[in-house]
Parts: sequence; C-alpha cells; structure tokens
Amino acid sequence: MVNQILNISVIIILLSVLMSLFRFIKGPSTFDRIAAFDTMTISTIGLIGIISFLSGRGIYLDIAIVYGLLSFLGVIIISKYLEKSL
Amino acid sequence: MKIKSFLIITIVLFGVWIMLNNSFDPVLLIIGAIASAVIALIFCSKCSVFNDIRLTPKSFIYSFAYIFVFIFELIKSNLDVAYRVLSPRLPINPGIVKVKTNLKSDLGRMTLANSITLTPGTLTVDIKDEFIYVHWIDVTNKDIDAATEKIVKTFEKLLIEIYG
Amino acid sequence: METLKIIGAFIVLAGSIFLFLGSLGMVRMPDLYNRIQAGTKASTLGTILTLSGIIFLSSGWTGKLVILILFVLITNPVSSHILARAAHSVKLKLTDKTVTDKLTEDEELINEKQ
Repeated sequence: MVNQILNISVIIILLSVLMSLFRFIKGPSTFDRIAAFDTMTISTIGLIGIISFLSGRGIYLDIAIVYGLLSFLGVIIISKYLEKSL
Repeated sequence: MKIKSFLIITIVLFGVWIMLNNSFDPVLLIIGAIASAVIALIFCSKCSVFNDIRLTPKSFIYSFAYIFVFIFELIKSNLDVAYRVLSPRLPINPGIVKVKTNLKSDLGRMTLANSITLTPGTLTVDIKDEFIYVHWIDVTNKDIDAATEKIVKTFEKLLIEIYG
Repeated sequence: METLKIIGAFIVLAGSIFLFLGSLGMVRMPDLYNRIQAGTKASTLGTILTLSGIIFLSSGWTGKLVILILFVLITNPVSSHILARAAHSVKLKLTDKTVTDKLTEDEELINEKQ
C-alpha cells in the first residue's frame, strides 16, 4: 500500500520534471531557462528523498543536500553574471 | 568582536552538526563544539548580522507566532497558485507595485522579503532602502499605502517585535 | 504504526501534486515573473511536504531531512528574488496584461534627474 502510493508520487514528480524540461528547451530567454532549471532541481530533491526511502539507503539524502547547494549556487552565479554585477 | 553574533553562529553550526550526525556520542559532540567555535571565530569575528535580534522572552513568543502565521500563509498561497494554474482562463492581472517598510535592520528586511515571496500572489523584485518593489499577480490597488496595507502589514507587525 | 505510514505516504502524494502544479504553472504562465511566482511557491511547499512525509515513514533520518527542509525554505525565495532582479535589470519585457510597473518608472525618474 505505502510503496504503491510512493510509486505513483515518483511518476507524478517525473512528469513535472518533464514539463519543466519543456520550458527549459522552449524558453524564449535565458532567464526562463534558469527558472525552469531551478524548479527542476527542487523537484528532483523531493524525488531523491522518495527514492532513498524506497531503496532504504539514507546516504542518498547527502546527495540531495549537495545537489540543492550546487543548484542554489548555480542560479545565483548565472543571475549575477547576466546582471553584469559579478 | 561581537559576542552575541559569535554565540548564535556557534549554536546554529553545532545544531547542524548534531542533525547531520544523528547521534549523541560524546567524542562527536566535543569535536563538533570545537569545530563550530573555530569556524565562527575565523569567518565571523567582525560580522554583525545577528546583532539586531532581540533575545527576550517576548521576542521568542512572537517568533513562534510568526512561524505559525508563515505556514498558514504558505499553504494559502499554494492553493492560490493551484487555482490560477488550473482555471482555463488564466485569471492574472500582474504588475509591479511599491511598498514601504518600517523595519530598520538588514536581517529583518531580508526575512520580510523572503516572507513576501512565499505569500499569496507576490514576489519581491528589488529592495531600495525602505522601499520594496513587489511583483503582484493580481493588482487590486496601485497606491503605495493601500498596497503596503495589503502585502506587508501581516508580517511586519510580528517582525518589528523580533528585530526592532 | 501502519496508519502513521499511510498518512505519511499521502503527505508525499500531496507534495508531488503540488510539484506537478508548479511545473504546470511554469509551462502555462505568459511571462518570466509569473512563471517564477508559480514555480517558487509550489515547488517550495511541494518539496517540504514530500520530505515531511518521508519523516513519517522512516525513523532514523529525521535530522538530515529537517536540514534539507530548512535549506529549501531559506534558499528558494532568495534564488527566485535574485533571478527576478537580474531579469528586471536587463529590461526583460513584461507580459501585455501588465497594469503597472513602478520600478521602471522610478528608474526613469532617477535617470532624468542626473
């Protein structure tokens, strides 16, 4: 029962990542692409949380922490660069 | 050296260390305490970020009230987003309005800006001194005072007790 | 115990639905600022709910999950704010439905004075 609900959640999150990917490919400006990338990463953190429970490995959560950190830094650095204030 | 800033940063770093290790082994606790104190000494011997926080019982009560108000507003804003995204006509009426804040401290303004971003239909675009420019998805009033009343007041009257 | 786990699983499901709505907003909204609005809010609550559901399900990982939740809660508004500011500073066009833009008006006022 629990695993089935979690599998459905994984499918929904994968669909949402796919839709953000659509905006990432189409996005008229660079900023749209960065925003899509941000949404994609945050969704993926939730996905990693579910997968680490399903496979029973707590070590995956460390990957989620580092992934979130890198995404935050990436968004800030690219935004500052495009703003010409770096 | 600002002793208050130093203590707050040490306690925060130590809390993160305990949560990451997930154990109360005395050796780990001693290593963590030394490491967080040294890091706070090296990187924050001059910083004054946390000096504006008031550490009084009243401000603790207001912090708890702030957390509950914030969670309530976060859920409300998500239901708002869900309504706007799912309705076929896409009911938006966006614009950038200007609001005024009475908060003096930098940390207080940052908390206020982050709270504004996560509340229904608003997104902080820029801060210039005491004016905050807010992207509002459903502009009902372009006037600065009316917009301030609608967007800022809920959080400001709590934050002004915490940060002064 | 079993009831608690099923409650946790449903919290995870609710979180994933919010994440889906955020991405839907990302696709449907007409310009960058509205996209950031939908994306940031929905993805923040979605991730928080998903990770809180995992807290209900598993016992030993509470510390790391709480750190992740606090991290997402603090950094996500900051990154969206800096993205919106950068987009406005290079004068990215707002959608045609926009009714007012006080920031551009004020910047033009400052430029005229100089």
